[in-house]
Amino acid sequence: MRLTVRYRFAASHRLDTPALSSEENRALYGKCNNPHGHGHDYSLELTVEGPVGADGQVVNRGQLDALVRERVLARVDHKNLNVDVEEFRSLVPTTENLAEVIRQGLQAGWTLAPRLVRVEISETARNTFAWEAIEG
Amino acid sequence: MLLTRKAEFSASHVCANPAWDDARNRAVYGANANPNGHGHNYVLEVTLEGDPDPVTGMVFDLRELKEILNREVVDPMDHRFLNREVPPFERVVPTTENIAIEIWRRLATQIRSPRARLANVRLYETNDLYVDYGGER
Repeated sequence: MRLTVRYRFAASHRLDTPALSSEENRALYGKCNNPHGHGHDYSLELTVEGPVGADGQVVNRGQLDALVRERVLARVDHKNLNVDVEEFRSLVPTTENLAEVIRQGLQAGWTLAPRLVRVEISETARNTFAWEAIEG
Repeated sequence: MLLTRKAEFSASHVCANPAWDDARNRAVYGANANPNGHGHNYVLEVTLEGDPDPVTGMVFDLRELKEILNREVVDPMDHRFLNREVPPFERVVPTTENIAIEIWRRLATQIRSPRARLANVRLYETNDLYVDYGGER
């Protein structure tokens, strides 16, 4: 059985890599390179997989919510990703990298019985990125 | 080829184990344990898998699938209090997981086709929470 729950958070970021010149950054990231940054309402869908327990659930919803609050939302919601999130001081906060940072943060502190099998994050309704565990 | 058909039903439920006290039920099921019940607009997505029939070009007759979904799920569950009116939820806690398992059980015997099999039951409790069940593996 798989359970998917959606969470939401709002954050700002700026895409700019020190590996490229200012002009190259502007050309590559376009509007996302605006020096003042800009923000999104992100949607985060997490999928866990495991057997249904005696309580009829794959996972206790309260425990999942608490873990996500602590490991993800408290770190990114209403934050400036470049400034407030340690990983992005040396990493461009693209949504690809954000998905990976969120996945690592969740797995490093994972205390729940079911397996985390999917992390999907939407920057806007038009752009979605997903990580999936390899089957088995 | 995967074929998915959607259906909706609205129902109320209580998630509580009668063998447990109120505090334990609240700890396990949160607000869902309110003994008076509460409701959801459930959205069901049923996926069949198979090869299209070379003559009809169809994996499964959609009209028949619609009738099966109505007969087995929507008619018995729509605008019902699951715990009181829909077996087996007088004894099985109607979590989203258990409702999906029951829907699978009801549908699996009805999809009678040499070329299509029931592949997945996705049940949304809200826009932000759903389960996927693919049968016992």
